[in-house]
Amino acid sequence: MEWVNAIIQGLLTGGLYALFACGLSLMFGVMKVINLAHGDLAVVAAYLALGVVAITHVPTVWSFVLVVPIFGALGYVLQRTLLQSALNRSVLTTLLVTFGLSVVIENGLQQFLSANSKSLNIGSLVSDSFSIGSQITIAYLDLVILAVAVVILLGLQYFLSASRNGRMIRAVADDREAAQLSGIDYRHVFGIAAAIAFGTVALAGIAFGMYTQFDPTTGSSQLLLYAFEAVVIGGLGSLWGTLAGGILLGVAQQIGAQFHAADQILAGQLLFLAILVLRPRGITSRRELA
Amino acid sequence: MSSVGQQAERAEGPDLPAASSQPAAGQRVTRSRRSALWAGIAAIVAVAVLAYLPYAVYSGTTNLLVDFFQLLIMASMWNLLAGYAGLVSVGQQAFIGLGAYFVVLFANHGISPFTAIPLATVLAGVVGLPVWWLVSRLRSGYFAITMWVIASVCMLIISQISSLGSGTGIALSGLTPNPTLLSADTYWATLAVTVLAIAAIYGLLRSRLGLVLTAIRDDETGARSIGGRVGSVQRLVFLVAAVGCGAAGALYAISQQFIVPTAAFSVTFSAEMIFITIIGGIGTIEGPIIGTVVFFVLQQTLSQDGTWYWIILGLVAIAVAIWAPRGIWGLITDRTGIKLFPVGYYLWPAGDDGRGRSRFALPKRDRQPTA
Repeated sequence: MEWVNAIIQGLLTGGLYALFACGLSLMFGVMKVINLAHGDLAVVAAYLALGVVAITHVPTVWSFVLVVPIFGALGYVLQRTLLQSALNRSVLTTLLVTFGLSVVIENGLQQFLSANSKSLNIGSLVSDSFSIGSQITIAYLDLVILAVAVVILLGLQYFLSASRNGRMIRAVADDREAAQLSGIDYRHVFGIAAAIAFGTVALAGIAFGMYTQFDPTTGSSQLLLYAFEAVVIGGLGSLWGTLAGGILLGVAQQIGAQFHAADQILAGQLLFLAILVLRPRGITSRRELA
Repeated sequence: MSSVGQQAERAEGPDLPAASSQPAAGQRVTRSRRSALWAGIAAIVAVAVLAYLPYAVYSGTTNLLVDFFQLLIMASMWNLLAGYAGLVSVGQQAFIGLGAYFVVLFANHGISPFTAIPLATVLAGVVGLPVWWLVSRLRSGYFAITMWVIASVCMLIISQISSLGSGTGIALSGLTPNPTLLSADTYWATLAVTVLAIAAIYGLLRSRLGLVLTAIRDDETGARSIGGRVGSVQRLVFLVAAVGCGAAGALYAISQQFIVPTAAFSVTFSAEMIFITIIGGIGTIEGPIIGTVVFFVLQQTLSQDGTWYWIILGLVAIAVAIWAPRGIWGLITDRTGIKLFPVGYYLWPAGDDGRGRSRFALPKRDRQPTA
C-alpha cells in the first residue's frame, strides 16, 4: 500500500513538474534555445506573489491574477531585447546569457530579499486533504495543482493548434525562413512564445511556493533540472509528453524516497539518464509540438 | 591570400593554407611572429620567477596564487571545450568534484595526496569516457544541462558514501603537518599542473587537430563539410577537459584540506569558468589568462560583498557576450595584432622574411614589377 501511495503522490507532484517544464519545452521548440534562467524565473514569480499579497492584500491564492500577466509582459520584453540580441549572435551566446541571467537573479534575490526560506502562506488550504482507505491521503492543493497543469497544457495545445498566434508559432518553429517569407515577423512570434513560457513558469513558481518552501537558490538547484528532466523524459517538444514526463519524474522521485529520503532526487535523475540512453527522443517520440 | 602577412587563423574557405600544401614560389608560411618569441621568453622567465616565489614571499601570497592557478586551469579547460569544440558545459564541476574525491579516496588508502594527483587526474579522464558516450549525441542546451545533471548525480552518489564523509564532508589525511612546507608543495604542484595544462592546450591547438578545432570554433557545420573529423576531435577535447578539471579538483582537495560534496560539485565553479572565459575572450588561449586576472582582482576588492560581486560579474559577462563577444583579449589583439600563443598560420610574400616588418607596410608584391 505504501508503494501505491508513493505512486499516487508522485503522480500528483508530476503535474507541478509538467507545469514547470511546458515553458522550457515551448521556448526550446520555438527558439531552439534552452533558458538556463527558467528555474530562477519561477522563484522570482513566487517572490513577486509574496510582494503582491503584501501590497494589495488579495488572498494568496489569487496572486497569480496579477503575477502571471506581469510575467507575460516581462517575457515579451526580455525576449525582444536581451534574448533577441543574444539569439542574433548565436545559440551558444543565448545559453551563456541565460546562464548569466540565472546567476544575476539568484544573487540579486539574495542581496535584496535575503537568503532565508519563504513560502506562500495559504493557511489551512495547504493541509486540507481527504483519505482513500487508511493509507492514502490526497491533499486538495496537490489535486488542484495537477488539475491546473492539465488545464494549462490543454489550453496551450488548443491555442497552438487553433488560434492565429498559435499557428504562427508553429510555423516559425517548423521553418523560420519559410514563415518569414509568408510575412510573419518571427521576432514578434518569439516574443509571444516567451510571454506564454514566462506566464506558465510564473504560475508554476506560485504553485511551488504554496506547495513548499523556496529560497533564492531553489531555482537553479532544483527547478531548472526538474523541468529539463521532465522535458527530456517526455520527449522533445510534445506537450502531452511533457505531462507524462513530469508525472514519471514525480513517481520516480517518490519511489526513490521510499528507499531512502536522500534518494528522492537521485532516482529522478537516474530515470532521466536511463531515458537518455534507451530512448533519447523521450517516451513519446511522436510528431513535434511545434 | 587576401590578407598578406596577416594571420590566417580564422578558417575561411579555400584560402586556408593547410599544413601539408606548399605555398606559392617565394612565399613563406610561419606559425608565429616576433611577439610570440618574446612571449615565449617572458613565459619561461615568469615560470622561473613563480617557481622561486615560495622562497621569497610569505605563504599567504602563494596560497592566493594557488587559488588563482586553479581558476586558470578550470577556465582554460572550459575555454577549450566551449571556445574551440563548441561544447558549452555547465557541469564541469562533475570532474572537479570527482578529482577532489579521488584524492581523498587514495589518501584513505595511505597514498600521499601529492602522489594521488596524477592518479586522480587519470581516473577523471577514465570517467570522462562513459560520460562522453552519454552526452555526445546532445547538442547545445541539452548538452549543457545534461552535464549539470551528471554533476548533480555524482554529488548525490558521493554524499551517500560514508567512507568519503557522506554529505557532511571529510578532511584530507596524509598531508604533512608542517604548514610552510605544505603550502610550498601545494603551490609547486599547482604551478606545475597549470604550466602542463596550458602547454597541453597550446600543443593541441598547434597540432593538425588544432586546425580542425579552430574550424569548429568558427563554423561547426563548415568544419564538417570540409571533412573535419568533428566527432572524434570533440571527444578528445572533452577528455582533455575532463582530465584538466580532474587535476584542478585534485589540487582543490589539497589546498582546501576539507571537502564537502555541495562545495566540490558546486555550479559556482561553472559560473567562474564561464565568466572568466567570456570576459577574458573566448576562443583564445590568452583570454582565460586575462579573464582570471580580472576575475581575481575583482574578487579580492569586492570580497566583502559576495552577492554584489556575482551580480556585477554576471551583468558584465552578459554584456560582453552580446556586444563584445571576443572579450578583453579580442579588443587588445584587434588593436595591436599581438598573439602571445599563435596557433594559426602567417603567409609572407616573397622576399619578406617575416621579421621586423610592420603589418601595415605595403606588401612587397605591390612594389615589384610584374612580368
